[in-house]
Amino acid sequence: MTAQALIHFPKKARRGEVIEIRTMISHPMETGFRRTQQGEPIPRNIITAFACRYNDVEVFRADLFPAMTANPFLSFHTVAAESGTLTFTWTGDDGFRVEERAKIEVG
Amino acid sequence: MTAFLRGAFSRLRGKKRPALAAAATFLLALPAVAADIPLPDRRSGYEFMGPDTRAMQDDDTQNPATLAVLEGEALWARKAGAAGRACADCHGDARESMKGAAARYPRFDDAGAGPIDLEGRIMQCRARRQEAPPLARESRELLALSAFVARQSRGLPVADAVAADARLAPFLERGRALFRRRQGQIALSCAQCHDDNWGKSLAGNAIPQAHPTGYPLYRLEWQSVGSLQRRLRNCMIGMRAEPYAYGAPEYLDLALYLAWRARGMAMEAPAVRP
Repeated sequence: MTAQALIHFPKKARRGEVIEIRTMISHPMETGFRRTQQGEPIPRNIITAFACRYNDVEVFRADLFPAMTANPFLSFHTVAAESGTLTFTWTGDDGFRVEERAKIEVG
Repeated sequence: MTAFLRGAFSRLRGKKRPALAAAATFLLALPAVAADIPLPDRRSGYEFMGPDTRAMQDDDTQNPATLAVLEGEALWARKAGAAGRACADCHGDARESMKGAAARYPRFDDAGAGPIDLEGRIMQCRARRQEAPPLARESRELLALSAFVARQSRGLPVADAVAADARLAPFLERGRALFRRRQGQIALSCAQCHDDNWGKSLAGNAIPQAHPTGYPLYRLEWQSVGSLQRRLRNCMIGMRAEPYAYGAPEYLDLALYLAWRARGMAMEAPAVRP
């Protein structure tokens, strides 16, 4: 099953308005510090980076680390400059890569 | 007995005795017969949580269980099994057909001649109608489907399944007996915490009343969604009792008793708990 991503922001905004963007993605964020009951180390499997591009301009970026929760939730703000597309990218261990796009209408 | 256990007991006999005696005194001080919580005094576990965790549950964009609900919605529409049928092919739009369904579980199952929970019904439907390979309890798919179905009952009152079907009455009594039975190495019963000492704290955590109104739910400690049976298993391990296997009739009897105990309370699935 592919990862589920949940993105929330106002679909319509006034030009110059500061909007809040909330993102959450399903991911176990396995730290790499745990072991199975048989003592075998469980390999690290985390999301290492998140980025949000607004019409190809990067407006937010975050590096993620093993201490972060499963299903990481990130909320940040940007200025609604123009209508267009927001692109969200999560990348991580084992070739994990999820890209989601969403339209925003600025009037 | 293993050397490890012998060692543990000798340590208990040696150094730890005062603590053990204190614990025993504490347990003896608890009332021997648990009384039901009066209906107006019942509180959802939600009310014992901090504002941050409440906010997380209240806002679907922050509630991590929403991810499971979305996955469940996708599974609902996906064809599976030899019959090539999706849940939606028979049940249609879950927002209509599943409204209030989760609030009526556990209910009586003719085939099993006993109570069946929502997860059990989904597994049964999958085997009989979809002819699909079974989903394990606590598997991601089963939790996603049950979270999606349970979400359709949010805000609705938990039904009194026993009043609706008298065949459940003996199972309710069994569940009640299990809830009140002292068990495990520290000889504690569910009722001693959840009927007699709710609202007090246990190792820094508030003791809730154990109402199963939010399952399946996202537990921060688990970092994932889990079922009521997983929660019951956790409690039994905490009581140092041997947990039952998933799907055991004892869990179903307990789930039935807990649902009856919470009758009329609002469903809040999928909830968030610390």
